Amino acid sequence: MAAIDAPYPGSAAAAAIFRTCRFTGLKVDIAAQRLIMANAVAAVVFLAVGGVMGLLVALTRWPAVHLLPSEWFYLVLTGHGANVLLFWIIFFEIAILYFASAVLLGSRIATPKIAWAAFVLMLVGAVMTNVAVFQGDSSVMFTSYPPMQASPHFYLGLIIFAVGALIGVGIFFGTLVIAHGEHTYEGSIPLVTFGALTAAIIAVFTLASGAIILIPTYLWSLGLITEIDPLMYKVVWWGMGHSSQQINVAAHVSVWYAIGALTIGAKPLSEKVSRSAFLLYILFLQLASAHHLLADPGMSATWKIVNTSYLMYLAVLGSLIHGLTVPGALEAAQRRNGYTKGAFEWLRKAPWGNPAFAGMFLSLVMFGFIGGISGVVLGTEQLNLLMHNTIYVPGHFHGTVVAGTTLAFMAMTYYVLPLIFQRDVIWPKLARWQPYLFGIGAAGISLFMMGAGTLGIPRRHWDITLTDAMHPFDLPSGGFLMMGLNGLSAVIAAAGGILYIVITVGTVLWGKRLDKGDAPLNFPLHKQAATVAEYGSHTTVKLPGTIILVSIFFLSFVLYYFVNWKYLSEIWLLR
Amino acid sequence: MAISPPRNRLWWNEPIERVEIGWIVVAFLWGLFMFFFMIAWHFIGGQNLSTETYRIKPPAYEEKVVAFAEKYQVAEEDGTPVVRPPAGEDVYLLARLWEWWPLLELKKGQSYRIHLSSLDWQHGFSLQPVNINISVHPGYEQIITLTPTQAGEFGIACNEYCGIGHHMMTGRIRVVE
Amino acid sequence: MSDHPEPEVQPQRVPAMQQLLDNPFLLLFIGITIPTVLYIVWGVMEIASIPVAP
Ligand code: HEM
Ligand SMILES: [Cu+2]
Ligand SMILES: [Cu+2]
Repeated sequence: MAAIDAPYPGSAAAAAIFRTCRFTGLKVDIAAQRLIMANAVAAVVFLAVGGVMGLLVALTRWPAVHLLPSEWFYLVLTGHGANVLLFWIIFFEIAILYFASAVLLGSRIATPKIAWAAFVLMLVGAVMTNVAVFQGDSSVMFTSYPPMQASPHFYLGLIIFAVGALIGVGIFFGTLVIAHGEHTYEGSIPLVTFGALTAAIIAVFTLASGAIILIPTYLWSLGLITEIDPLMYKVVWWGMGHSSQQINVAAHVSVWYAIGALTIGAKPLSEKVSRSAFLLYILFLQLASAHHLLADPGMSATWKIVNTSYLMYLAVLGSLIHGLTVPGALEAAQRRNGYTKGAFEWLRKAPWGNPAFAGMFLSLVMFGFIGGISGVVLGTEQLNLLMHNTIYVPGHFHGTVVAGTTLAFMAMTYYVLPLIFQRDVIWPKLARWQPYLFGIGAAGISLFMMGAGTLGIPRRHWDITLTDAMHPFDLPSGGFLMMGLNGLSAVIAAAGGILYIVITVGTVLWGKRLDKGDAPLNFPLHKQAATVAEYGSHTTVKLPGTIILVSIFFLSFVLYYFVNWKYLSEIWLLR
Repeated sequence: MAISPPRNRLWWNEPIERVEIGWIVVAFLWGLFMFFFMIAWHFIGGQNLSTETYRIKPPAYEEKVVAFAEKYQVAEEDGTPVVRPPAGEDVYLLARLWEWWPLLELKKGQSYRIHLSSLDWQHGFSLQPVNINISVHPGYEQIITLTPTQAGEFGIACNEYCGIGHHMMTGRIRVVE
Repeated sequence: MSDHPEPEVQPQRVPAMQQLLDNPFLLLFIGITIPTVLYIVWGVMEIASIPVAP
């Protein structure tokens, strides 16, 4: 190690060893660094496994290709959901939590031994569930709605994984307490850490809901409980299933802010506004779990409306605020960097060749335009009737969790590699293209699945020709076309995904070591990346580019919203 | 910088940018509008999902459906009864592995109280190409009042995964003038 | 990053909202209570009150 600080004298922290990052000046606890590496590596492995499964699923749903036989299709689809949505995302999020607490606060990580135990639990759980899926008796989709039943170790694996993740979240809170107690920082935690805190808070509710419902379900699969009420299951399960998507939102918004700071020196326009937007997430985002029960019996319209609207769209307000403050912070920073011509010089001359920046910006735009707008429409009580359980739903969430979260995490990786693994990114020319390739593919699968769903194509469905059905009928041919285009986009997304895996693994194994000598980075940091924060608006008050972008977004949102009401008003009457 | 603590200890007292305030007001009002529009649609709109639901044991529900089908059966197609209930009547539809039973014949412009429940797993009522999608649970009987506004042949697919025959699960509603 | 040059002296009181935002455990508490009450508890009550078919 190039520069190892003397450990703190005579405290509980004496055992912790730090190094100082020569790019950012951040003090990095070596124990935290190893944990971040382990969690990030596990994340990438599960992304690789789950990503291949995603491609197989998409190729099967491409009518002209129809790759897998039906048993395999449902098996692989179950595996795809679990590996990418749970294992890839949550391992990476644990890495982010450790980074945002220990590294950004310059603190030692709380109880590294227990953090390792958490990691092992998560790994064991994830492998156990995968084994159950591949044995073939657990093709129940990752939602595992009863009374359909999986093997006991399918549920047990998920429970063990959730317990491990919950411990990881506890380590994050512990590290906040230590950093505060040992005064490793002054005043309030950084905005990015606050965003991570938001994610962690939502994670506690998420994982607790998961445990509450999966433990009885596990006992039921063992025959110790006779019945699980399907409606009750769905309510509590989505307390986990949807809230975990809200962890993603909080985490990837933090990543946007972090990458903005690292690549172009962006500062939040105002700490107050950005943090209040995160507060709205903490308070209301989790209510959106009700999105999954809008077409179900039994729940009253009042419960549906209050919850599905995140209590009057207050959490959407939070997202809309970030939708302004993130590009606003980028524009303000670029204007300070000297790109002041016209409304968009700041954007044209942004570091588009830096995959971290490009990935972040694509994630921001696509999360807003594709995932965000479709999410609000889908989550509107009555509009949900039009698309519930059609393939529009996977279309929507590939806009959020693939084009949004996954792309943001990929972008972040281009800094995790040099700063944490201390290896320079290999093949910079290829790396430059990776976010575009994956981004275009992800946008494609999202939009084409949404298109097909609008035409009524069902989700999780092996044969939309309905040939073997007892009462066959024709689904619209436009839907078949869309599913074909979806397959094509999936190939592009998979190419981008494979490139990401190859670059990441290659860098970890063979990247130029950065801890010796003073070699520069392939994708340099902004020179002020780690200076002290000051709110960014007082020097640059005019943000014309951001105002134009946000206005376009708002108009698209309003237009798409009313188009769907028009469509709804034309279907059969129903009350 | 977003990755370091705010320099100003009392950042809450920093002024807010005008653009930010403007956007917050617009976004907040839009949220309120969307919220109240959902409520308003219950009064002005013709498409609201009923919440009338009862608990019922699957065998009890099956009995009701069979009785209904026997009473109003007019024909048989693909080995399944075709049932033509009088307008305004209670109509029972059953979801089971892997069919929607029985086939229905309804009159355009007439309202029917459609009962939905499952005998086994969860299923997804997906009326095509109208595109009305409703979840169907075992143990719960939901009643919706449906008025077809088009004549023709309509298919029901299943869009809740229900096992290996999921993609073979269909039903039919014929709407006559 | 504890080492910025001159940490500002602060005679003023920290505003209440900032105190809330600086308190992770208070945030944790409300962040769990609201969805538990509005979503889970209320939702479970709705299901529990579904009547038996006549
Ligand atoms: C190469 C990239 C990917 C491709 C081509 C892809 C494609 C697909 C397709 C075609 C479906 C099937 C929809 C259906 O039949 O119902 C699907 C489902 C799904 N995907 Fe992906 N996906 C990719 C990456 C991801 C990632 C990165 C995530 C999460 C972070 C994700 C999360 C999901 C989930 C949760 C489902 C639903 C599974 C279910 O219905 O049980 N996908 N994906
Ligand atoms: Cu079914
Ligand atoms: Cu099905």
